[in-house]
Amino acid sequence: MSELLVQHKEIVVPGQILAKGMDFFPSFGTYRRNEDIVANRLGLVNLDGKVIKTIPLSGTYLPKRGDTIIARVTDILMSGWRAAIYNSPYESMLMVKEASNDFIAKGADLRQYFDINEFFVAKITNVTSQKLVDLTVRGPGLRKLRGGTLISVNAHKVPRIIGKKGSMVSMIKDATGCRITVGQNGLIWILGEPKQEVIAIKAIKKIEQESFTSGLTDTMKQYLEEATGTKVEMKAKEDEVQQ
Amino acid sequence: MSYERPDGRKHEDLRPITAKAGVIKNATGSGYFKIGNTAAYAGVYGPQEMHPKFLQNPKGGVLRCTYNLLPFAGMGDRVRPGPSRRSKEISLVTEKSLLPVVDLSEYPNAVVDVFIELTETDAGSRCAGICAAAIALADAGIVMKDMVAAVSCGKVAGNVVVDLDYKEEAYEGEVADIPIAMVPSTGEITLLQMDGPVSEEELKQALEMVKPAIQQIVDAQNKAIRDSFGGVKK
Amino acid sequence: MISNDEAKKHLIKALKEGVRLDERKVDEFRELKIEYGVSSTAEGSALVTCGDTQILAGVKIELGTPYPDTPDEGGLMVGMELAPIAHEDLESGPPGINAIEISRVIDRGIRESESFDKKKLCVKAGEQVWTVIVDLLPLNHDGNLIDIGGLAALAAIKNAVFPSIKDGVADYKNKTKDKVELEKLPIPVTVIKIGDSFLVDPTYAEEEMLDARLTVTTMDDGRLCAMQKGGDVPLTAEDVEKMVSLAVERGKEIRKLLG
Repeated sequence: MSELLVQHKEIVVPGQILAKGMDFFPSFGTYRRNEDIVANRLGLVNLDGKVIKTIPLSGTYLPKRGDTIIARVTDILMSGWRAAIYNSPYESMLMVKEASNDFIAKGADLRQYFDINEFFVAKITNVTSQKLVDLTVRGPGLRKLRGGTLISVNAHKVPRIIGKKGSMVSMIKDATGCRITVGQNGLIWILGEPKQEVIAIKAIKKIEQESFTSGLTDTMKQYLEEATGTKVEMKAKEDEVQQ
Repeated sequence: MSYERPDGRKHEDLRPITAKAGVIKNATGSGYFKIGNTAAYAGVYGPQEMHPKFLQNPKGGVLRCTYNLLPFAGMGDRVRPGPSRRSKEISLVTEKSLLPVVDLSEYPNAVVDVFIELTETDAGSRCAGICAAAIALADAGIVMKDMVAAVSCGKVAGNVVVDLDYKEEAYEGEVADIPIAMVPSTGEITLLQMDGPVSEEELKQALEMVKPAIQQIVDAQNKAIRDSFGGVKK
Repeated sequence: MISNDEAKKHLIKALKEGVRLDERKVDEFRELKIEYGVSSTAEGSALVTCGDTQILAGVKIELGTPYPDTPDEGGLMVGMELAPIAHEDLESGPPGINAIEISRVIDRGIRESESFDKKKLCVKAGEQVWTVIVDLLPLNHDGNLIDIGGLAALAAIKNAVFPSIKDGVADYKNKTKDKVELEKLPIPVTVIKIGDSFLVDPTYAEEEMLDARLTVTTMDDGRLCAMQKGGDVPLTAEDVEKMVSLAVERGKEIRKLLG
């Protein structure tokens, strides 16, 4: 007879038996050992019918096609730019033709577009089996970052920081008047009045730390209202891009 | 036989354990493990880019462990800083004790670095280091089919005992010290060393006696990891 | 906070308004916490936490022969290892130039304050003296290693007791109750300059963006006993005055933590 040993959203550790019996199916973060389903990484249990998976709580960022990230130029080559992806073991390439909507002539000084150590928002267009990562900055919201403050957070907390349909990050933007761009790799760019930036950074760190507690949206609303001294409207923007 | 252990423990008893996770903020994952007066910090960084490049493995990530005894952590004189033959060997066997549970196939050419620092020792330091490292690896979100726990067992005054301290290791007479690391769910042994004479029968007895001790350590490791993420959430 | 030229320009703007990104005032330290006796094998030890920086200090007291020119004086050594457990940018290997500088600045502060009587470390003149060796290990590096390391070293020395002597060698298993008497508490305080602003207790990112820094070690009577300037940009005499007075003020407060 099959038996479930954990509850939805419970924290589980590697090697922990989550369910016994063949009626359950292992998904991400779990594996089958004989008739048991066992966790193979630290995470929160997610039950979807008979399918058991875990949502990771920690770890570095593994580049994925379609993700929007913030990267830093480390080298300039003939064909484009090499860029470091923070919180990840892999470097990425931005080819010349993906760097601008305008035509960049052969032999042009590529530093004029992106110089060493500059940060930019890019989308991952391809990841090979050996983790060669290709980027593009052609697309809405993709650009070089000028000014502002960059902070690094646990990449696995990014969905919580963005919130449902961007609701959480919108709330912080509205309350502080800051421009905020969140990279899936855990790099976050904030630009605003210094005092407002401090509030926005603190809010983001708070979400990172308390990401697994319930009622976080209300906690954050209250925090932002107290910190900024203004009423915070909660509106889930349907059209919010993850920025 | 009525062998009385120097600290009054029963033969199968462990010394008091303190285990913590998430103790080093900059690390991807970290752990602290203290048993009696032997304590280790472990910090995991990565998977990250592997340097030097010739050590990269295109088929998967590499696990690299570094064990270090701090200058003030030895029982006697100050220990000269820097790697020694002893610390290099322990780094090696630590790596081998953790590797069987760790899966880095998703991370070609990358490295997971595990740095272990012993802050005080009263025997059993490699085992404490392995326990701290396993907590740190789990905390870092590394894919692991199970935890690993380690403790020494051995023979003192003709008696099989678990978790020898320095006084027992220094017992005048026959002493055998057997550090063991184990995968708790399968009972597979990933570290096995011994110095000192034992019979086949005594070794068998020691391997039996170590199993419940290993389970006790795993429970402490798991509790530490859960606690650092706010415990069990309903 | 992650630094490059753009980030530095942005930080200078915020600092002009007196705003630091972790909410602190420019002349404010992060919360400091001292935990004593954290290593049973050391003769003395302490763990000092300052924000996200955490440094472990352990003292060993060894018996040795004195130098011929100072036959009745013992010695003191302070060393820090910048091991990779504390930050992803640190690497394994022998101490690099940064670790050596930090060690020497802390060591110099304690030495020059003459905070302990080296003659009291003499066991038998010309034959046997004690050497006090402090080893420092940052467990987590978020800046200001000199100040926090200096405090950790003093805390660990304060916590230390001499081993006993048996048959002419140190018997570490039987410690005495004799303490290493610290007559003065030399406190290093580092002030950094970014743009036109002066900051104390810099974080890792703030240190990466500094133009200049000045470590000033002060004694109980308010006098200075050691200094070290760092960074690529020169300081004016007015800069130095401002930085010294900041260091003296903060030094007084930190000294109180050592009770």
